[in-house]
Amino acid sequence: MPELNDEEPGELPGGLSRRRGRMLSPGVAVVRNGREALSVELALTIFRQMVRTRALEERGIKMSKSGEAYFWVGGPGEEATNVCLGLQIHKGQGPAFDYLHLHYRNAGAMLAMGMPVIDHVRQLAMRATDPHSRGRNFVGHYCVPTWNVLPVTSVIEVQFAMAPGTALVQKRHGGEGITVVVGGEAGTAEGDFETCLNWSTRPGTELPVLMIVTNNHFGISTDLRTVRVNRPIVDRAAPYGVRSETVDGNDPIAAWHAIDRAMRYCRRERKPFLLETMVSRLHGHSSSSGAQRVWDEADPLALFEQKLIDDGAIDVAAVRAMKDEARAEVDAAVVEAMAESQPTPEDVNRFTYARSPVDAVYPDDFTGLPGKVQSSK
Amino acid sequence: MATLVQAVRMALHYGEEHLGVTDVFGEDVGPPLGGVFTATQGLKTAWNSPLDERGILGTAMGIAYAGGRPVCEIQFCDYAFNSIDMMKLAGNQRWASAGGYDMPIVVMTPNGAGIRGSIYHSHSFESWASRLVGWKIVMPSNALDAYGLVIAAIKDPNPVLVLLPKALLRLKGDKLIPGEPADPEELGRMIDAPIGDRSGWAPQWPDLKEYVVPIGTGDLVREGTTATVVSYGRTLPLCAQAADELAREHGWTFDVIDLRSIFPYDWDLISASVTKTGRLLVVNEDTEVTNFGEHLLRRAVDEHFYDLSVRPRTLMGRHVPGIGMNQVYEQNSVPQLGQVREAMREIAAEPA
Repeated sequence: MPELNDEEPGELPGGLSRRRGRMLSPGVAVVRNGREALSVELALTIFRQMVRTRALEERGIKMSKSGEAYFWVGGPGEEATNVCLGLQIHKGQGPAFDYLHLHYRNAGAMLAMGMPVIDHVRQLAMRATDPHSRGRNFVGHYCVPTWNVLPVTSVIEVQFAMAPGTALVQKRHGGEGITVVVGGEAGTAEGDFETCLNWSTRPGTELPVLMIVTNNHFGISTDLRTVRVNRPIVDRAAPYGVRSETVDGNDPIAAWHAIDRAMRYCRRERKPFLLETMVSRLHGHSSSSGAQRVWDEADPLALFEQKLIDDGAIDVAAVRAMKDEARAEVDAAVVEAMAESQPTPEDVNRFTYARSPVDAVYPDDFTGLPGKVQSSK
Repeated sequence: MATLVQAVRMALHYGEEHLGVTDVFGEDVGPPLGGVFTATQGLKTAWNSPLDERGILGTAMGIAYAGGRPVCEIQFCDYAFNSIDMMKLAGNQRWASAGGYDMPIVVMTPNGAGIRGSIYHSHSFESWASRLVGWKIVMPSNALDAYGLVIAAIKDPNPVLVLLPKALLRLKGDKLIPGEPADPEELGRMIDAPIGDRSGWAPQWPDLKEYVVPIGTGDLVREGTTATVVSYGRTLPLCAQAADELAREHGWTFDVIDLRSIFPYDWDLISASVTKTGRLLVVNEDTEVTNFGEHLLRRAVDEHFYDLSVRPRTLMGRHVPGIGMNQVYEQNSVPQLGQVREAMREIAAEPA
């Protein structure tokens, strides 16, 4: 077993040889997966964001092992789905735009939306400059109010109980803003998944919620097939009359169009949609389980790279240059973030409370136990 | 004079009209019922939710994230336990996101015993709630305070839990709510829905005025020198009544503090009183192991050890799994007037 991270597999899954060096075909306009296609321009945009995401995740794993960071969790293997999601978000603040209730494997979506690499690294490195949580939260636990990205929690599936709230405000607001809520397949065992389906389908108050379940078949170490009936997750939508689809989330062409279809339905019909996207988990659950590279699962990045080369959309040299550029971008971000300040003890209480005109004890923020602490001496 | 529950309803109406409340919701909160205790009757933004407490909390959070001002109800605090991690998250979202999002939600829930509610309608929640960091927790013991605390809860841009003492919900206040008609029957005719068909009914709201009980302020409802009694909710009027009786019978006088806010609590009021009297009794009806009152005792011991004349003490609910239906259970589980009076007599009479 290779050690980890940046080594390339010798073969693609299924024993296919990795072909190299095919020349770029001038004039190729689209890449296809059979019935669906993307323009080369869009395909290369997606590919570049997938490359950046992978470079960031692999560097993050190294940081968790080198002591530059303490803990890593993320989404290598979910890049195709995530990037296609992030690129199609209506980004902005307030109910006219999309709300994102993400989980902790969505770096690709955030990079595709335009999050600077260094903001991810700052959280991983627990810096005071971490804009998501000021060094308080695990990596990938984003919060970007200007983009309606709500605080990510480690508590599985609770975001599915919150999603109907943002969607309700959007339903009243009108327009095409939708609520996107993302979780893994293991989390669908929680009642909060059912809460989202139920609250989104009240007669007359159907809600524009795009529920995305990224199915990697595992909850930490537990194989889904040992704890759940062997039926598609999307079957859960049927009793509620919710439209649904399962897609190969490792294929960016399929993922792009499935997300597009689901979003268009939610935006225009103002009703919920359940999208199950089958993905890989290429470095296990998190650094707590070693984050070793898993070689027997399909790698969406390698597969797409090969397809783009085969279709003449890009050549090997350009791929190499793109990867080098991504690694350099991430390395520079790590150097910069590691030089930034740490939180201070004075930060511990900060941001507990918002300023209140009606609180006699904490008009500004939490300041320790209420009242004047008396000395007993 | 309005009852406590009418006061809550009027405060919510004021919130809808003047403070931007967008949603009042929960199980049976909307028409036709308007809440199992009628706290939400006739409100224009009230709606019925699925029977799903986690969904109620989560949806309130989502509404708040998107700029709304929700007030939601958990029908009885006994049913809040399956949503306690949602409450924990509501309390930590601002801190976890380093100020990224405020969480302006109000959760109301009836609390405590005293209505023969049996095992599943008699719980107390304040000790659990006091561990929900990031929240503010209030509990009125009279109608005017209920009005002022609910308005404060709505105006506060942080999550606020309003615990409503079940036993006192029908109790009329002795002070008029600003804008309330002086004739209580007139108020009832204006804002209470008729029994039976309500399809054609609409409330006639009085011209209510703003009144705020600042969060974190207790109320000294009796003033004295013998001992300090701290309470809130159902047991507060019992403490006040016992203080009056003991003053008449023995000449002992008590500082009786209605805490009103469980968190943040009015430590300066307690501290000044304990410094004066040297005797502290905390009375509440929550179960006695890891009770919020124990925290107040800890601070009293830490900060006033040398001010105390006798050991500080508590009178709390017994550590039993529930309150049984037969009154023998309730009367022997949670503090009753006689036990309150006896505890106050003991702390007053004990030699220094």
